[in-house]
Amino acid sequence: MNRLARRDFLKTSSALAAASLLPGCAMEPAAPSRPVGRVIVIGGGFGGATAAKYLRMWSEGTIEVFLIERNSEFISCPTSNLVLGGTRTLADITRSYAKLREYGVQVLRDEATAINVEKKRVSLKRIEDLPYDRLIVSPAVDFMHEAIEGYDAEAQKTILHAWKAGQETVALRQQLEAMPDGGVCVIGVPRSPFRCPPGPYERACQIASYFKKAKPRSKVIVLDANEDIVSKPALFKAAWNDLYKGTIEYRGNNEVKAVDARTKTLKTDFDTIKGDVLNVLPPMRAGDIARTAGLLTPNTRWCGVDWLSMESTAHKGIHVLGDATLSAPAMPKSGHMANNHGKLAAAAIIELMNGRAPNPQPVIANTCYSFVSDKEVIHVASVHRYDPAQKTLTVVPGASGVSASRSELEGAYGWAWAQNIWADMLG
Amino acid sequence: MIRNVLGATLASGAVFALSALAQGADPSLGRNLAAACANCHGTNGMSVQGMPNLAGQQRAYLVQQMQDFRTGKRPATIMHQLAKGYTDEQIEALAAYFAAQKAR
Repeated sequence: MNRLARRDFLKTSSALAAASLLPGCAMEPAAPSRPVGRVIVIGGGFGGATAAKYLRMWSEGTIEVFLIERNSEFISCPTSNLVLGGTRTLADITRSYAKLREYGVQVLRDEATAINVEKKRVSLKRIEDLPYDRLIVSPAVDFMHEAIEGYDAEAQKTILHAWKAGQETVALRQQLEAMPDGGVCVIGVPRSPFRCPPGPYERACQIASYFKKAKPRSKVIVLDANEDIVSKPALFKAAWNDLYKGTIEYRGNNEVKAVDARTKTLKTDFDTIKGDVLNVLPPMRAGDIARTAGLLTPNTRWCGVDWLSMESTAHKGIHVLGDATLSAPAMPKSGHMANNHGKLAAAAIIELMNGRAPNPQPVIANTCYSFVSDKEVIHVASVHRYDPAQKTLTVVPGASGVSASRSELEGAYGWAWAQNIWADMLG
Repeated sequence: MIRNVLGATLASGAVFALSALAQGADPSLGRNLAAACANCHGTNGMSVQGMPNLAGQQRAYLVQQMQDFRTGKRPATIMHQLAKGYTDEQIEALAAYFAAQKAR
């Protein structure tokens, strides 16, 4: 696109923004004044989509927001283990981006390929690069397959991680369905921190739940690089003991070091384990775009942020959300947390773009519900507030905990949580 | 009808703004705190399914519920843990914010 064409494009997109404000006005009585600037959001997950919506809503349309998302629809990682268990389909956990447009968010189906920090521009795959005043990077995680011997592109065709919900989730379900009764599914868990700490253990429950119903002689083996279950250990152990005794076998301190897709075997320091379905989660790091943009904190795989604004400690004017962040103490890499990061960033960006200081006392919260059967759920929850002495968010003393026991009541809350958080982020 | 709803919203908004001023607080304090409730209870406290609506509830009622969750007087699966994360002033600000939202 030449300079003139780009100007036309921007003019058009501003007009579009103004037009798309109209439905928003029904909710926000204040008339929009001249835009105070443009924010580009890279990544339409729990963090990015939430930030985009709340920036529009709270700025009363005065901030222009572009959301860059490569997928046509949002597919939720939380609750995606239910697709493996067979009680939900991919359609049940898929939502549209269309309603964000009613808030005036300009949703672009595209992929950010580079960030020019000096010129404040984002390069895209499908259209000309776009300028921004502030940038939000919410890139989730990418996977370090190279850390596991033999986990190359060919092996990745049959050994799936399914740690980003979508077609891979469906493919893993199909592998489980195709497996004969008496077969073994092996789940490999990487060393913490990784996205969704309770996720692998919930997955073991869901697969075991399916096995119990459909192929009762089958087994799930969990090979965990960590010493013990990372999240809600007592509650998961109780569920495994009460519901899946003889079906789930757990081995702590068993890191998957090598895979062989041809012989369907995994190697740890101690054993060679053969399975019928191999589900190996590679170690994780901040998503590619964060790495190429130089947002990683030295000697880590994650992006350091100022917890008052989510602004990168590497580059001013760029805010990082969600799993990609170098987590605050006892803060899990969860969708719920990413949603709260999005709101914290939106509030701070509005203040900063209007020449004011961000809220000095942010308080955010986390809730993770895990389905240990088709109906019963357990939770972990915590409230995090800014501690000026430590310059980070810390758990408020006494304000955290887990379920007293698994229950169907929390099963209903767990599914309602999903409906509400999807609506909260997507409109 | 529309004017009435708008009028009511503006009036309750004014009450909230006054109470925020009286506390000498950041005018966005309630809004920012309430955003952390929206994950489960819906944007601005308007739940879409399966969770109690907070929008438009009586302010005093909301304060009392949060206090009862904190003390354990009202049994809960999760709220007794989350309620302990907030000071009395923050609970006041939350309650004022949700009370000022129009219920669907």
